[in-house]
Amino acid sequence: MNKHEFSVIGQPLPKIDAWAKVTGETRYADDLVLPRMAHARLLRSPHAHARIAAIDTSRAAALPGVYAVITGADLPPVKFGILPVSQDEEALCREKVRMVGDAVAAVAALDEETAERACELVEVTYEPLPALMSIEESLAHPEVRIHEYGDGPNVHKSVALQFGDVEAAFAAADLVREDVFFYEGNTHLPLEQHAAVAHWGPDDKLTLWSSTQTPHYVHRLLAKILAVPAAHVRVIAAPVGGGFGGKLDPFAHEIAACQLSRLCGRPVKIALTREEVFYVHRGRHPVLMWLKTGFTRAGDITGSHLRTWLDGGAYGSYGVASTFYTGAINPVTYKMPVYKFEGARIFTNKPPCGPKRGHGTPQPRFALECQIDRAAEQLGLDPADLRRRIVAEPYTKTANHLTVTTIGLGECLDRVVEASGWREKWRGWNAPPRGRGPVRRGVGIACSSYMTGAGSAVYWNNMPHSGVVLRADRGGGVAILCGATDIGQGSDSILAYLPAEVLGIDPKDVRVHPADTDLTPVDLGSYSSRVTLMCGVAAIQAATRLREVLFQAVAAKLEVDPSRLVARDRKVGVPDDWDRALTFAQAVELGEAMHGVLAFAGSYAPPKRAGKYKGGGVGPSPCYSYSACVVELSVDEDTGMVELHDVWLAHDVGRALNPLLVEGQVEGSVYMGIGEALMEEQVFRKHVHKTPSMLEYKSPTTLETPAIHTILVETDDPEGPFGAKEAGQGPLLPVMPAIANAIYDAVGVRIDEVPITSEKVLRALDLKRQGKPARVGPEKLPLFTFKTPLVVESAFGQPADAITRRPFA
Amino acid sequence: MNRGPDEPMKARIELTVNGERREALVPVHKTLLEVLREDLDLTGTKHGCELGECGTCTVLVDGEPVLSCLALPAELEGREILTVEGLAQGGRLHPLQRAFAELGAAQCGYCTPGILLVARALLEATPVPTREQVRVALAGNICRCTGYTKILDAVELAALRMAGRTPVATAAAGSAR
Ligand code: FES
Ligand code: FES
Repeated sequence: MNKHEFSVIGQPLPKIDAWAKVTGETRYADDLVLPRMAHARLLRSPHAHARIAAIDTSRAAALPGVYAVITGADLPPVKFGILPVSQDEEALCREKVRMVGDAVAAVAALDEETAERACELVEVTYEPLPALMSIEESLAHPEVRIHEYGDGPNVHKSVALQFGDVEAAFAAADLVREDVFFYEGNTHLPLEQHAAVAHWGPDDKLTLWSSTQTPHYVHRLLAKILAVPAAHVRVIAAPVGGGFGGKLDPFAHEIAACQLSRLCGRPVKIALTREEVFYVHRGRHPVLMWLKTGFTRAGDITGSHLRTWLDGGAYGSYGVASTFYTGAINPVTYKMPVYKFEGARIFTNKPPCGPKRGHGTPQPRFALECQIDRAAEQLGLDPADLRRRIVAEPYTKTANHLTVTTIGLGECLDRVVEASGWREKWRGWNAPPRGRGPVRRGVGIACSSYMTGAGSAVYWNNMPHSGVVLRADRGGGVAILCGATDIGQGSDSILAYLPAEVLGIDPKDVRVHPADTDLTPVDLGSYSSRVTLMCGVAAIQAATRLREVLFQAVAAKLEVDPSRLVARDRKVGVPDDWDRALTFAQAVELGEAMHGVLAFAGSYAPPKRAGKYKGGGVGPSPCYSYSACVVELSVDEDTGMVELHDVWLAHDVGRALNPLLVEGQVEGSVYMGIGEALMEEQVFRKHVHKTPSMLEYKSPTTLETPAIHTILVETDDPEGPFGAKEAGQGPLLPVMPAIANAIYDAVGVRIDEVPITSEKVLRALDLKRQGKPARVGPEKLPLFTFKTPLVVESAFGQPADAITRRPFA
Repeated sequence: MNRGPDEPMKARIELTVNGERREALVPVHKTLLEVLREDLDLTGTKHGCELGECGTCTVLVDGEPVLSCLALPAELEGREILTVEGLAQGGRLHPLQRAFAELGAAQCGYCTPGILLVARALLEATPVPTREQVRVALAGNICRCTGYTKILDAVELAALRMAGRTPVATAAAGSAR
């Protein structure tokens, strides 16, 4: 279908919730107030690792104004976790704490201050245990066990997969590179601190309003954790003030608020402080990487072998998935016929890491793109041309059995090369420096790909991943019920645009209701870039079903064949007899008279394409987005300061359903990538967070954010709604390596770890002056034996699995 | 419920907020942010740190940006306080609000109230600012969603419209309210 046949799709429309957001009307979780509402606070551990010998809450409970005080003993003795394989968390720790910030008690009181004071009166007797604060420490001390489960002492997960014979691939290469990289952890830093309001009603039913990206998973887990029937638990997603993956787990504060409400017979609100948000974390894993890749003289990859060590923190969270993701996506971008991956996630006594925008893939992407840059130099090739040559083939399988559909990466590369002036600005390896005095200019390039929605749910099932119920009103309005959560990315707007397009009405005629587990069909949540595609296809299906019924009814009235009808401009009629067209509202009345109540469901589940090997469930996706990025910057050789001038990012989004929203996702991703590349780090001193405040945790302001030039490439993917693929995560991925590569172009130093601080740049420049290798990065690897790999044949180059064949279609 | 002897001192304060006189009886140490949100039901003002570090809670006092999480209401009696709820006049959105909505400058929208108010103060002082001036004015407001690009665009568009220097409609304005 061509762009001009659409009326809503492709238009730069305002988001449907934009008006509420610019007037301050949007009610986020902390804006909710209920009559008689109490306020809660959590007491958190000051120890990184300690046994809890005793907790005495009597003084806290006696404080005037306190309604209820709870500890782990007041909750059912179940452990939980977002993934069925990692049930290792407690809302309030019972026997031991595993990190500073673990919650041990909770108080509800008439106001927050009283709750806070009561928390200080709770007496906890701790017996400190040795704290393991790094991968090396955790592996060196198997006698100190953070958890009793996993793939070895303090090893949460260890995986090893091999697709084809890597040694043979390296033997066939003209150049084999081995490099070591480190990607420091960082955190989401959503502007809204997590908040929730729980109301355990007199009917013994629970309602929770929360700033969550996954109301469905919270619903399921709350029932388990609180040992109540899921049928009596209702979770309503409040508009989320920024998520980026930080609001994807069920959290202690949500659970405590529910239990406190049950005990004190009042609604209970709980809101985290900024410091608590830093400790709740679930952000980017620190990952140490070893990457070995073989190249032919022309730049083709013969094979690649990646090892990753993830510092997981104190709990499992999404960590098993994160571990697999460090290995899953690299083969999707370029022709990589043979591939081996070994990964291990290690427990440490720090806040747990989890999914942050790009989940597990920015780290290996950084490694691969920096390595390709070096290979291009050794081979004397233009790094843009080299990448252009090795772009993966559409509609084939990768070595690790992922089916890839459309690939717009070639066009993305051409467009950023053109827009950035790469041909003039990149002047060859070892060209004389650009710039005057100590300030040197450079350009760098990198590419990436990302999945549009995970192919499997976090718990195994055969049900839809996304559902929509659409109801047409006699007034001509349409109501959409869907469990998707709008975290700012605009999913509610997508849920208005797509039915409006199908039904020929204005998006303003469509009302999209918030995710509410009592009312809306399940959508698994706002993660893995799945929402637009999955709820979008479900919404189109529901709207198409309604349209069929309306066409039947209108066809009977107009005495024409339904196949001749079209719906547009809020009318239904025959195009060459448009005067007799009925209004959409009339069509609804006729439809309702003929069919009864007009409510239709749409369901979506991804095609079943999991690779037929253990671990093959992580990585498959209906389709993959592609990005190419060029960065221009300068480096001050005296100060090591990096100043970004321009970022060009071309993104293959399949189709831009609303270009404004897609650009917004690209710009936001580039911004976040800049933060990760140059300044953001979640690091610890002794056992505590080094920078748990917005001032100390450096993130880019308007002054550090350069001009971002977004180029949208459309490939019309058959799996996506009207051809759309994801845009929310992929464009972040090439930014960090493009910056690192541009720094090399500017001053000839390789910084093999992020964040690339001025101190590291200076250190590398110093080494260069001394005639030593001008590189700053990790020097050694942990002593760790990966298990014997599961050897599977490479599926590279095989034809893609069946396209658009999926359940419920 | 009785409070103990350490019950905080309360004071009656009278504030002028969005052109209305409002009264509240509040503990003396309560911040303007808390009073606006909890006592005056003006939840449009948001918070991201409550330590003066993120700019999210910005309101205008006599036209100047003030971090409401650091301000004490008792010191603001008799001054004009403007929150996001007071930006629209008589049901008509301020041009900044319209431009932010039309250009997609509010993603999660959480930083938006504070940024709108800083931008309004900027445009009062500098009706048609350069991009660099907008950048500098907004340097104290963190936004984690947008990469600031559409925010800068929206401030510029609003400025031009207010100065009568630009087409009224963007492509998006058609379905604006
Ligand atoms: S809440 Fe006031 S500056 Fe952050
Ligand atoms: S729009 Fe989300 S923080 Fe700015």
